[in-house]
Amino acid sequence: MAIARIHIPRRVLIFTICLVAIIVLFYLLEHVGISTKEVVRGALFVMTPLALAAVGECINEKAGLVNIGLEGIFLLTAIFGVYGAVRLGSGVAGLLVGSLVGASIGFIFGIMSVYGRANQVVAGMGINVFGEGMLFFLMMTIWHATSYEVRPEFMVSQISTPLGLLSPIIFVAIAIAILLHVILHRTFLGIKIRAAGEKPEAVDVAGKRVDRIRIFTCILGGALAGLGGAFFSLGWLGTVVKDISAGRGYIALACVVFAGLEPLFALAAAFIFGFVEALASTVGIMPAAHAFPFLGYLLLMVPYIVPLVVVAIFIGRRPFPKASGRPYIRE
Amino acid sequence: MVLHYNPIDGYISMLKGFGLFIKQRTFSAKELAYALAFATPYMLTALTFAVGMRAGLFNIGAEGQVYIGGAAAAWIAGHVALPTGFHVFAVTIIAMFAGALWALIPALLKIRRGVHEVISAIMLNWIAYYLVMYLAIYNLSGKYAHITAEALPTARYPVISGNLTAVIFIALAVCIAVYIFLWRLYPGYELRLVGDNPDAARYAGISISRAILLSFIIGGLAAGLAGASLAIRPVNWGFNATLSDFAGYGFVGIGVALVGRNHPIGIIPSAIFFGGLANSARYLQSDLGVSSELVGGIQGVIIIAMALPLLVLLFARLRRKAE
Repeated sequence: MAIARIHIPRRVLIFTICLVAIIVLFYLLEHVGISTKEVVRGALFVMTPLALAAVGECINEKAGLVNIGLEGIFLLTAIFGVYGAVRLGSGVAGLLVGSLVGASIGFIFGIMSVYGRANQVVAGMGINVFGEGMLFFLMMTIWHATSYEVRPEFMVSQISTPLGLLSPIIFVAIAIAILLHVILHRTFLGIKIRAAGEKPEAVDVAGKRVDRIRIFTCILGGALAGLGGAFFSLGWLGTVVKDISAGRGYIALACVVFAGLEPLFALAAAFIFGFVEALASTVGIMPAAHAFPFLGYLLLMVPYIVPLVVVAIFIGRRPFPKASGRPYIRE
Repeated sequence: MVLHYNPIDGYISMLKGFGLFIKQRTFSAKELAYALAFATPYMLTALTFAVGMRAGLFNIGAEGQVYIGGAAAAWIAGHVALPTGFHVFAVTIIAMFAGALWALIPALLKIRRGVHEVISAIMLNWIAYYLVMYLAIYNLSGKYAHITAEALPTARYPVISGNLTAVIFIALAVCIAVYIFLWRLYPGYELRLVGDNPDAARYAGISISRAILLSFIIGGLAAGLAGASLAIRPVNWGFNATLSDFAGYGFVGIGVALVGRNHPIGIIPSAIFFGGLANSARYLQSDLGVSSELVGGIQGVIIIAMALPLLVLLFARLRRKAE
């Protein structure tokens, strides 16, 4: 008995499996009395800063620079965004200030890595330590308080959708991920960026400047992470506190690894991690959860365990550019 | 936004962190002890990063290994009754082994699956963070829900002054032992050769995996001891469930190692410098009203600056001139 062999592309298969899994999960969640609408809404908020930073970092790493200082950029721009919003009197201006600060951190990092041949891992770690110290210092210096409530008129106004109130930045983040995917894979600029990470010598021989491409991606990555950082305080939480980003800069890095440096996959990864976090906080307040406290902590670990397992299993595909993390030195 | 502080006053306050009270013309041994209490874990986490760098690895996993080592130490010290003398020894050894065990994960992932150590370290640091937080609340807590059980009197390191315990001597011994291992023993030579020139090492028939494994295990042992030194000390003789007693030591250790030029002996003065800086935070707050967290910012700037090889080369040239 012959069975007709139908060729199904792997991607379509994975996509279908995911879709079915999500529908089943939603059904089960509604069954135990968890509103999926609320969880998805929460997931979109968690997703936005993760996606912005992760997508920027994808482009950055494609061009050959690894900036692990995303957490530091989040922390610094969260406070500078609010400072800008209060000074300039509008939330949108605050977001712009945030991304400007992020872009300048990216610019400094780029100059150091490209011309100073800095050790990128060390510089990135330094940005994180710097951000953690400076956030609290700046808060005490500017407001003399350990937490600052952003007044509603300085927040970015939310729009009502079928899912409830959502921030417009969520849609901006999704649009940016799609746009950068198109730029990376369909334009000449994208080819230059990918070549700068894969074979910088070839870019150089073709008469294009590797240094400028890398610094450009650094600024872009920093600006997007900065937008994400400002979103924490201005679009979502409405406060500035000491650990405002709570290690999400590292989850953004996990998204990048999980996505194999593809912007659209990074967006999907950010949503999945956002979903897990929103679910964890919803499940955490249910009375039944107190019987299994480890479950809550396990859910918090999931964003870190999953990428590690994925990388350990699929490392054979080697998604990372060859020249990633190495300074390009002309001969 | 202008900061109305006199920088000279700032430096005078910072020197107080090292025990030097310039204006009062006195020296406070107690303050120096506090600085050394900060320096002890810095020394050990710096060792983790330095030994990694010597083998050509970016082992930034000290942070997580400190958490795991500290949790293991708190468990043995607070919940297991052992005879006097042996108890302290057991706490130290178990904490070191727990740190090494946690370091084994990135090592094996690197050797077997080629996973970059920076990626696995970032993930494992956070897995350790939540794991230890859970253990602290549900398994290790004692009198208070948010602090792990006090170490039993038999498990305590002798106190020298303030929160400085005799564990600093173990830390110094570990630094010297690692120096002897790297520069006087053959496996240490192999480890350094793998870091300096992996191709030459491969031609010489040196097992690169073994060197990587060794460097991770030594780093894990040191970071585990750092965890024990932070968990078993006054005033609490345990650690807070928010992990505020541990947070940041692993990352600042990177800066300490770089200032000490990744040398096990160079790390010691560098750690004391960072320790004094951290201790001066209180004086910055009380003398100038500057938030003590500024010290974190300063440490970050130092780490960023040390990332530049040109700067490091400049230091090396200055030192050569001085010689």
